[in-house]
Amino acid sequence: MFDLDTWREILQSMNKNRTRSILSGFTVAFAIMLFTILIGIANGLENTFEEAFVDDANNAIFVHAGRTTKAHKGLQAGRRIQFKNEDISHIKDEFEGKVQYITARLFRNVNASFRGEKNSYSLRAVHPDNQFLEKTKIKEGRYINNNDLTNKSKVVVIGRLVEEDLFTKTTPIGKYINLSGIQYKVVGTFTDDGGDNEERMIYMPISSAQQIYGNNDYIDQISLTYNPEMKLNSAIDFGIALEKDLKKKFNVSPNDQRAVRVFNMAQQTKGVNQFTTVLSVIIFIIGLGTLIAGIVGISNIMIFIVKERTKEIGIRKALGAAPKAIVSIILIESIVITAIAGYLGLLIGVGILEWVGPGLKEYFIKDPGVNTSIVIVATIILVAAGALAGYLPAKKASRIKPIVALRND
Amino acid sequence: MLEIKQLHKSYPIGDSHLHVLKGIDLSVKEGEMVAIMGSSGSGKSTLLNIIGMLDHADSGEYILDGLLIKNLTEKKAAVYRNKFLGFIFQSFNLINYKNALENVALPLYYQGMKRKERQELAMFHLGKVGLTDWAHHLPKELSGGQNQRVAIARALAANPKLLLADEPTGALDTTTSYEIMEFIQQLNDEGKTILIVTHEEDIANMCKRIVRLRDGVIMEDKKVTQVRANQHV
Repeated sequence: MFDLDTWREILQSMNKNRTRSILSGFTVAFAIMLFTILIGIANGLENTFEEAFVDDANNAIFVHAGRTTKAHKGLQAGRRIQFKNEDISHIKDEFEGKVQYITARLFRNVNASFRGEKNSYSLRAVHPDNQFLEKTKIKEGRYINNNDLTNKSKVVVIGRLVEEDLFTKTTPIGKYINLSGIQYKVVGTFTDDGGDNEERMIYMPISSAQQIYGNNDYIDQISLTYNPEMKLNSAIDFGIALEKDLKKKFNVSPNDQRAVRVFNMAQQTKGVNQFTTVLSVIIFIIGLGTLIAGIVGISNIMIFIVKERTKEIGIRKALGAAPKAIVSIILIESIVITAIAGYLGLLIGVGILEWVGPGLKEYFIKDPGVNTSIVIVATIILVAAGALAGYLPAKKASRIKPIVALRND
Repeated sequence: MLEIKQLHKSYPIGDSHLHVLKGIDLSVKEGEMVAIMGSSGSGKSTLLNIIGMLDHADSGEYILDGLLIKNLTEKKAAVYRNKFLGFIFQSFNLINYKNALENVALPLYYQGMKRKERQELAMFHLGKVGLTDWAHHLPKELSGGQNQRVAIARALAANPKLLLADEPTGALDTTTSYEIMEFIQQLNDEGKTILIVTHEEDIANMCKRIVRLRDGVIMEDKKVTQVRANQHV
């Protein structure tokens, strides 16, 4: 059936009836092109959303302390809640297995200088776990480690922009920089995808900062990540339980919104997930609509083509063509045309995305692109639809008596 | 060659039936050239279509070359048509996007003949109808007479036992008609069995036997002295 002669016969028919071939090809190519562009734009939107959350680990929980707003258990409102080192170990003990990384944070602003270069920066005093929480990438040297914590070493890790500002002539590792009058050894430099502010940061061991900036064990903020194996909903429950536990520990009213605040990324993630789910549903519906439009288009054309070829079918039958030969010639022709057209549509669609893609960034569409396999599946669906839409009338046409077909003018 | 006994055929028209063939008995021997005549609606085309396996009878017997033609599958009918029958139609019925050579080669394609072989054979038959120089022209570039000659070459290509012509000169002027009839007579001289449906007396008289149909029955079946077409040209 698939011999050279059949192909010659099909190619001739396609070539000699060019308008017909181009018309049916155009329908499929256009549908696939639209499909590719729509999916590409939708993917671009999703990319934008994902990018908005790359700064911190997406399983992070931030705990802040403030002043109480409600009197509780005989304690007045307006009392200041202060986290201390023991709160870290308390959380670790209380929620064992649920906490992945945990770090204290102490915030200060410092004036830094090195060999005449000066600038002011934010300082974060942290535990070593902070590196994973903040998704900090070490560029050179190392991050703060447990030895630094124990020894209360005067060491710092500086951001890429700090390095650029201060170390214009030399490399920073091993050098001493002056932070508001005290010398610290630079042990590492880092980069961060969170933007310029994150890279204009200096990290220092929490123990060193506590000694230097007050000689106490105060903490401004506790940051942790929940065990990533936890489901989203149990992570949200964990955040709620954590807030409840800390409020109880500090004798804060459960309804006090300011004294202990827990910001759980799981809750954000849930929102984003819901958004992306809705987006996916919309994409799915639009894609499906495009495909259906394509299917209807190609089906119409196939029915028309078979109608147009009825007489030819009659002639072929009178000359001794078996019904199978009639069906196969129409089917193969339709499959060849739709497959080629589908591929062209894919190429054009991808081309357009590549061409206008970079200009769409300000419309919240980043790197619009498609998963080739999705488009190939869509093309196969259209090819199959075209084949089916051609098969039924072709089958019917191959069964009608040649005399009826010949009378068809 | 051809044996038909008590052939009946009717077409449904709304609730009733139009009885087109009411018991036809016909026997044609090898080498005969038979004209089937009758006014429109007499059933002559229906008879030819049944003989040509393009249509099938309701009842009766049809034996072609010793083979009973009955309840054929589409596939088998296609094989028989290809092997036994050559068709010539009033409206030529050439495939418009194929050139003369390709049209003539088409029945050979369905016989499964190799491309080179069938092109040679098609060229030979085109030569027989005097169209060698027009082999690569499309039907629309040829005159009516030329197109009918292409159709004749096509009908002959598969070397059929029986040639069926349905008003072969119906779309042609008198001169061209006689040219075509001359070809057909030559084929008969060479031994081909030919059935021609026509309503033109002069065309019928160029055959060797005339069968007249009226209202679905054979009224008259007589041998005639053949008028040679070349006498008219």
